[in-house]
Amino acid sequence: MNTQSEASSRGRDKSESEVLERIEAVRARGPRLRDETVTLAHGAGGKASAALVQAVFIEAFGAPNPLELCDAAVLTLPTDESKGSRGPVQDGSARPRGLVQAASLGPLGLAQESSAASLGPLGPTGLAQEGSAASLGPPEAACGVGAEDSLGAAGPRIALSTDSYVVKPLRFPGGSIGDLAVNGTVNDLAVSGARPLWLSAAFVVEEGLPIALLRGVVADMRAAADRAAVTIVAGDTKVVPKGAADECFISTAGVGVVPPGRNLGAGQVRVGDAVLVSSALGNHGMAVMMARGDLAFEADIRTDSAPVNHLVEALFAAVPDTRWMRDPTRGGLGTVANELASASGLGVMLDEASLPIEPLVRGACDMLGIDPLYVASEGCFVAVVPVEAVAVAVAALRDAGATAATQIGQIVADPPGLVAVRNAFGGVRLVDMLVGDPLPRIC
Amino acid sequence: MRFVDEFRDPAAARSLLAVIEAQSDRLGRAFHFMEVCGGHTHTIYRHGLEHLLPEPIQFVHGPGCPVCVIPMGRVDDAVWLAGQPGVIFTTFGDMMRVPGTQGSLLQAQAAGADVRFVYSPLDALKVARDNPDREVVFFAVGFETTAPSTAVTLVRATALDVRNFSVFCNHVLIEPPLRAILDSEELVLDGFVGPGHVATVVGSRHFDFIPHEYALPIVVTGFEPLDILQAVEMLLAQYQTGRCEVENQYARVVRDIGNPAALALMEEVFEVRESFEWRGLGFIPRSGYAISDAYARFDAERRFAMPSIRVADPPACECGIVLKGLIKPWQCKVFGTACTPETPIGTCMVSPEGACAAYYNFGRLTRQTK
Repeated sequence: MNTQSEASSRGRDKSESEVLERIEAVRARGPRLRDETVTLAHGAGGKASAALVQAVFIEAFGAPNPLELCDAAVLTLPTDESKGSRGPVQDGSARPRGLVQAASLGPLGLAQESSAASLGPLGPTGLAQEGSAASLGPPEAACGVGAEDSLGAAGPRIALSTDSYVVKPLRFPGGSIGDLAVNGTVNDLAVSGARPLWLSAAFVVEEGLPIALLRGVVADMRAAADRAAVTIVAGDTKVVPKGAADECFISTAGVGVVPPGRNLGAGQVRVGDAVLVSSALGNHGMAVMMARGDLAFEADIRTDSAPVNHLVEALFAAVPDTRWMRDPTRGGLGTVANELASASGLGVMLDEASLPIEPLVRGACDMLGIDPLYVASEGCFVAVVPVEAVAVAVAALRDAGATAATQIGQIVADPPGLVAVRNAFGGVRLVDMLVGDPLPRIC
Repeated sequence: MRFVDEFRDPAAARSLLAVIEAQSDRLGRAFHFMEVCGGHTHTIYRHGLEHLLPEPIQFVHGPGCPVCVIPMGRVDDAVWLAGQPGVIFTTFGDMMRVPGTQGSLLQAQAAGADVRFVYSPLDALKVARDNPDREVVFFAVGFETTAPSTAVTLVRATALDVRNFSVFCNHVLIEPPLRAILDSEELVLDGFVGPGHVATVVGSRHFDFIPHEYALPIVVTGFEPLDILQAVEMLLAQYQTGRCEVENQYARVVRDIGNPAALALMEEVFEVRESFEWRGLGFIPRSGYAISDAYARFDAERRFAMPSIRVADPPACECGIVLKGLIKPWQCKVFGTACTPETPIGTCMVSPEGACAAYYNFGRLTRQTK
């Protein structure tokens, strides 16, 4: 009996493509959370993370579009005319309930603990809302930057992002938890189309941490903030008993302003568009892996941790109709490309030969059996631009210092909702969402 | 990258594919070649080789994924060991997510067990030396490929007189499952893409029984995409010229006599079990290694009173007939719906070398997607 007759004798009369369609139907239902306890996989940025976020956080908080979650919320502030005239926010949009301790922003130095920094003139927008975020009224929350027209007489748009950093070790070649905590949040704002302005920083410190180490980390934060041209305006410090945290965790939140005219989102992406990347992939993840020193080999790999806001500005200046952007941090290019594919319903076809991956990173990944497509970068972003703008976009990024910027793929109709990569000799394979975390605690 | 890019050269791939195309046309019939090793399965899907070859050339995925063949009862034992007071349980990362009846090691870790993943048994020995007040157990899995490194580790542990280290031995042999598949008569095969890594240890001659007793050709093969394409070309060439023999495509690494030093070491440290249970294949006589009496003090099975309860494979799971190559992964009843990489029912869906995981993660595209 050969495989064919065995298959039919078991009633396996479905064709391969029918099976694939059934699988896609199952996948379209979204991830389900079946675990009873949180495992490290829930923090890895892949399928389990998505399941946890959907089943626990989105379930409780809601989201304007649960299928397209972004690195930063873009919130449209009401104008004076609209303030109070809007009814309750529609179900599912972000409601800033009880946020009464927000900094009101300005170059005022640091607001400590729960006191609100009162914010001076908010850039060019002239907003000087004193006090709580609740007084901002019900904002329209959007993912990416939606068209302003749809909001009628809307006020300026701000982006709000928050992120926590638990990287181990605190220092690694080329960076530390400090610059990571600034760059990560700055970049989340930047790829949401915003110009980052202000950051808050909250520290959870384990007792026994040398002050000199903390001072060094904070100095790195200051240097990173200066480089990104943002100000750290509010902060908080908690010290916990030994063992209740591992040395030092940092949470940063950031606020930026979205200039008019920017329309980012998976809904903007069209078949034929080009996918770009600003720099080499995977350096951060492998640098931290090497820094832990528990591998049987060593390689001189440095983190790429850096702010990308000036690169994003250069791209917008060159290609105002840039469609979509994301920074491939935890979970890497493979994860963000999958987020794009599932949110747009289109396919992302990557070209393996054009992926910028440094030989040392590629070699280390090969030895560890890790796919570099899933390894984090921290000074890099992926963008989708109209195909006719590719040359202009790449040139603008390279002029702005992103010398490795290049096109890495294209938006395609088939396979819908999936990511695939074509290798140098024409073989095509799928790039799925990551399952499990080969590299825990890299950011 | 040197020594890798050479084996992924597009021009060489295209010319090999053209040769295979011509061979396939001339031979004018279908061929089913079993790639024995999970590493090959991974390469085939990772590089999209299945759809590059002419349609009459089909790969049948074999039993050589070390994670896939571990039965549930052994996973339960591992989870039990990990839960013992004072134990640090060390394992290759792949084994962390394999489900037993009491959950996986990953879940045991989340529940408080000290489970650590390591890249080699020597790393596990280092954990033991760094934690002299803890019992450190290493979850040893794998064919003759990885068995020597476990053996070396125990020789080292003896030399260093490490007293808090033991090995839960699940090493298996390649020949018995191949014979089981060849004897089953359910499957018509036309040849084997032979396991290159195993052959570095046992030697290409070890596979003489396949042409001699079963009249099928085998090409011992490396793990780069070009290696596998060349193996297909060599297998088809045997049919064209009427030969049937063991050939060694992986001669840059594999010798016909293998690695005598490694074999001698394994002889010293291990003894072949009367019988060992394989996931989906059942008990196969003389198919697994246990720790020898000389190294008994490092044997976790003697050191701990493990429950060792045999557990039947989950009824929905068809890993057995997937491992035997009787069905393609997507033909399994639960493939991709109830059984996915994030919620695996069977082991084939866990390891990146498992046929189901490789197909789900990389190959879930139709031939039309080009």
